[in-house]
Parts: sequence; C-alpha cells; structure tokens
Amino acid sequence: MPDLTAEGGHGAVPTSADVPTEPKAATTRRDWPLYEVFVRGKRGLNHVHVGSLHAPDDEMAVHAARDLYTRRNEGVSIWVVKAVDITASSPDEKDPMFAPSGDKVYRHPTFYEIPEDVPHM
Amino acid sequence: MAHEETVYDALANAHDDAGHWAFGTGFDDPLAGVDTTVPDGVTPADLGEYCLMLGDDALVLCQRLTQWATNAPELEEEVALANLALDLLGQARLLLARAGSVGALGRSREQATASIPDEDALAYFRDADEFRHVALVEAPNGDFAQTVVRLLVAAAWRLALFTRLRDSRDPVLAAIAAKGVAELTYARDHAARWLVRLGDGTAESQRRARAGVDAVWPLLAELFTATDVERRLTETGVAVDPGELRGEVRDVLTQVLERATLPVPAWPDDAPPRGRTGDHGPELAPLLAELQGLAREHPAATW
Repeated sequence: MPDLTAEGGHGAVPTSADVPTEPKAATTRRDWPLYEVFVRGKRGLNHVHVGSLHAPDDEMAVHAARDLYTRRNEGVSIWVVKAVDITASSPDEKDPMFAPSGDKVYRHPTFYEIPEDVPHM
Repeated sequence: MAHEETVYDALANAHDDAGHWAFGTGFDDPLAGVDTTVPDGVTPADLGEYCLMLGDDALVLCQRLTQWATNAPELEEEVALANLALDLLGQARLLLARAGSVGALGRSREQATASIPDEDALAYFRDADEFRHVALVEAPNGDFAQTVVRLLVAAAWRLALFTRLRDSRDPVLAAIAAKGVAELTYARDHAARWLVRLGDGTAESQRRARAGVDAVWPLLAELFTATDVERRLTETGVAVDPGELRGEVRDVLTQVLERATLPVPAWPDDAPPRGRTGDHGPELAPLLAELQGLAREHPAATW
C-alpha cells in the first residue's frame, strides 16, 4: 500500500518514491518550429491565412500544409512562414493604430454612383 | 457576393451544388460512365487477375500506412501518411472494381452479401491465398525510417509502372494509371524528402535509415519478374512487363540514397513471383483480420 495524501479536494494521491510525479518524455527531441500557412484558393484571389502547423523545415512545412489544408481542393498556391518571423501589431496599440481612420468617411468610396454593369463591387 | 472571403467559400462556389467535402460524388459505382468493354484479343480472366495484382498492392500498402494513425511521430506526418493511404485506397477501389467487372471475383461472392459491390466483396471477403500483392507492401512497418524506405521503393516502382500503363490498350487501366501518376509522384517525393532528412540527419536517424534500407532491400527481388499473366497481357499491349521498370527504379533509388548519404546496398537477384501467386508470409493474416473484421462481422452494414 503506497503512502497516500489528500490534496486540494482531488482525493487520495499516492506519494511514495516510485510514483512518477510527471509524465516522462519518451525521447528528448527538439520541438519543430511553428509555421503559419496561407493558401490561395484560385487564380486572382489573395493568399488567405488558414492555420498553422509544426514542421522540421521550410520544405516539409509546404508538404504538411498541402496535406493539412488543401485536402479538399481548396488551393492553387501555398505560402508558409515561420511564426517567429511575423511582426504583428500589438493589441495595446489598438487605439493609436486604428481609431484615427474611424471618422474619415471620405476615405470610403461611397459617394459615387456605380453604373449597373460594373462587376465585383 | 462575387468575391469570396475565404478559401472555403471559394471551394463551396467552385463546384456549384454538386460535390462537397469528404466523399465527393458518384460514390456508388466507381466505373460509372466508363466503357468497360474488354479489348479484342484479351482474356478477361487475365485482365481480372492483373487488376487484382495492382489493386491488392495498393490495398495492402494502404492498410500498412493506416496503421500509423494515432502512432505517427508528429500529427502533421500522421495526416500526410493517411492522405497517401487514401490515394492508394482510391486506386485499389478502381482496380478491384475493374477486376469485378470482368468477373475476377474468386470465392469472394460465396461469402459476401449480394448487396455489397464487387470491389468491397474482393477487399473484405477474400482469404489470404486469394490476394495477389507483392511481399514489399505486406512487410510490417518497422519504425518510421523503415516505413519511409518501403514507401519510397513502392512509390518509385508503382510510378514507373503507372507512367507506362497510361498507354494500356485497356481504356479503364489507362485511365486509372493516368489518375494515379500525380498521386504516386507526390508519394515518391514525400518519401524521398524524408529519407534525405533521416539519412543526412543525426547519427541516430542515419542508423535507423540504414537499418530500414537493409530491411526493405531484399524485397526488391520479386518486383521485376513477370508472371505468366503479365507476360501474356504485355504481348497484347494491356500490361507492362515489370522487368522494364528495373532501370528507372534503380536510378531513382540510387539517386535518393546518395543524396541521403546512405550506402546503396547490392541489388538483389530477381526471384520468381511469390506474392503474385498467392503465396504470402505470416504477417498477412493479422493485417487482413484488421482490414476485414468489421465487414465480416456486420456484412452490408451502412452508416
């Protein structure tokens, strides 16, 4: 019978020396870097961020992206970029970055009459 | 809205209302709308037997790759292997359907319920001695490195075959081969990239890659010897003589192994066909038990 202790309302926890206190990693391996994946759906569209994945290097990241994100015929082109290489705007800067454009209606092309035969508007 | 916001919208609009997501359309009859007339001068029994050979190669290798699901070293690679397995399953389905369409059903129909299509009857209700795949695809996975080596050899060999089979006098075989070439090119490329990384990686990955090559290499012996069926069908322009593939397969494998800084073992002497005649190793029984168990327990189950 191993020593037991009741801890934090989780019931009896064995505490003797042979009880592992945390899962042991099967092997020591370095984690693969995280990549962000962008897929272009068809000609003329932009690449769109679809998700992320881990891969050992850039080439294998493209392969993994093909298998994870274009299995259902979603793409004609894939970009991958290491997540650490992305410089992003900070949430703290939200106001100085984006608020100034809020009241400038003249930046939106809403004052034009659009002829009926113009597509994609 | 004409301009799609996401790739998923683009996909949904790309096919109108037909064909969405996982299973696609036309799932009932894989050869629907295809002219399945047997070409002049070709014995249907030979053609059926040949389709079983190529179909079983794909089916059994598919099953081996599927065994990595929930076991692969990384989630991303698990999906990659499952995708390759699905490509092979698609090839197996078409080839077994073709075998069924020319009456090569063996004893499968005695066990299968009438409502089960021919290709499913062939996959699930044949016994081990009726399978016609080569030993290469049946061998156990071993570790990841050995799996990669086997996949490389199998994909390089099958790609060399399918590339030539596109000119088959049987229009169904030619169409199946044409579809398979892109899939096999990807499989070969994927395996080659991994082998280069493993061979030219750490001391441990190189050790495992070498062991994988040593384990798989003897299985090359059977791949280039024609059976009587293949010989007859090659004469009528339906099949490809496997001996013709040796040069290309050898070049590809040598090139990849050299890039991977792995020693290229001596090429084994050709051996008479065994798997193609239904002579298989003890590993096949548990593989088939896993593959066929559910279908045999619940024949004609639907979901």
